[in-house]
Amino acid sequence: MTGDTATSQIVLRVNEVTHSLPLDNRRTLLDALREDLGLTGTKKGCDHGQCGACTVLMDGRRVVSCLTLAVAADGAEVTTVEGLAAAGELAPIQEAFVRLDGFQCGFCTPGQICSAVGMLAEHRAGWPSAVTADVSALDPPPRLDAAEVRERMSGNLCRCGAHPSIVRAVLETAAAR
Amino acid sequence: MREFAYHRATGVREALTLVAEHDGARFLGGGTNLVDLMKNEVETPSRLVDVRHLPLDGIRETAAGGLIIGATTTNSDAAAHPEIRRRYPALTQAILAGASGQLRNMATVGGNLLQRTRCAYFADLAEPCNKRVPGSGCAAVEGVHHNHAILAWSEHCVATHPSDMAVPLVAFDAAVRYQTLDGPGELPLVDLYPPIGTRPDRETVLPRGALITAIELPPATVAARSRYRKVRERASYAFATVSIAAALEVVDGLVHDVRIALGGVAARPWRARAAEAVLLHGQATAELFRVAAEAELAAAQPLRDNGYKVALARNVIEAELTRLAGRETNR
Repeated sequence: MTGDTATSQIVLRVNEVTHSLPLDNRRTLLDALREDLGLTGTKKGCDHGQCGACTVLMDGRRVVSCLTLAVAADGAEVTTVEGLAAAGELAPIQEAFVRLDGFQCGFCTPGQICSAVGMLAEHRAGWPSAVTADVSALDPPPRLDAAEVRERMSGNLCRCGAHPSIVRAVLETAAAR
Repeated sequence: MREFAYHRATGVREALTLVAEHDGARFLGGGTNLVDLMKNEVETPSRLVDVRHLPLDGIRETAAGGLIIGATTTNSDAAAHPEIRRRYPALTQAILAGASGQLRNMATVGGNLLQRTRCAYFADLAEPCNKRVPGSGCAAVEGVHHNHAILAWSEHCVATHPSDMAVPLVAFDAAVRYQTLDGPGELPLVDLYPPIGTRPDRETVLPRGALITAIELPPATVAARSRYRKVRERASYAFATVSIAAALEVVDGLVHDVRIALGGVAARPWRARAAEAVLLHGQATAELFRVAAEAELAAAQPLRDNGYKVALARNVIEAELTRLAGRETNR
């Protein structure tokens, strides 16, 4: 038999800082970020993977941190919204959200922004989406238009209804590359 | 959430042993469904064996000319794979029609096949549910069931299987490979999910403690001309009311090959064999498409509030065959 314990000693790499800490295996990455590491930029909305407010990047890919167990993220590179402007300069997507009013109350914004960073990387890698007309056509990659952005960002809800501005911010950021 | 132990397996045999030796042990893949159900204690594993780091990811060619998709490949990586996009486009479309970008980055293809129904009564501990507590009853038969099954349900359970990915896989005759401590096994995906009967809690025929290691896609020329269409209550990020994976090859006006499977209509991805039998070698006309769709839905038994699904399923079969046939003529 293998010894079973309800806690684990884990190493979380968050925004290029290494944290070694003992955690209850039930701790989600979301709660570990907010409660144990004090990184409250990442927000808890539904806590069931349905709203996207808790989106962070894990090894460069967007995930919902509410359904990621912290212990399962042991050893992964996590980037939160705090890590996007690490040098004190807003990332282009953050600047676009501010300039174009990509939010009202702001609660969904960190998740929207992390999701947009991951989504733009997916698009640059040539990934199609559910609204891409011909997924078999590998070249050229799907052109990013409003319909593509809406589909690719559908995992992030905004109850203030800022979606039109969010779509503009994502499109402007993509075009400025 | 109940307390549990966590083990990160580095080999398949280690993972199998860790689950076999401990009652209440479960494999953990992406966790998008399991962790969610643990939060409301529908799932109460006392040990999780994380299989995400096993060397089971990646997609490769088979000698027969098909593809093997490793079980820990993420839904995202499977959808984006050039050979799946080229040779089985309905599979890419189906995966991309499911969940959100974030969840597809987390979820594994093995876990996708084993995800639990989204029937609201299954997730509600205050309600009876034969899937969750065998013998407790089914609240959905007479309850809120507008999005439940119309085919092959039983009075013990009327839930649907939620996977989009499994629908084209069933249409393309995919097989599931698994490992147990007694050796490997393989079975057609369509046979993974048993008839409901009196035991809706028995959701697969996998031996206890078996780990899905891969999905095998056989070669299928017709699959290159396939489509997935999903009808749902909002445009994105919602489960299907009815979905269809269809592939059609027409030669000299006759149906040379055809594959149809439906999602959102039964407790398993539904291969439309009755419709296929009507279509094969027939004249590829709108009339025949209608007859085929009617033949498939002849067995439908709608519940009090989901009769619309019968017409919807019939119409999407007819519409998608018509669209695929039109694309053929325009080639």
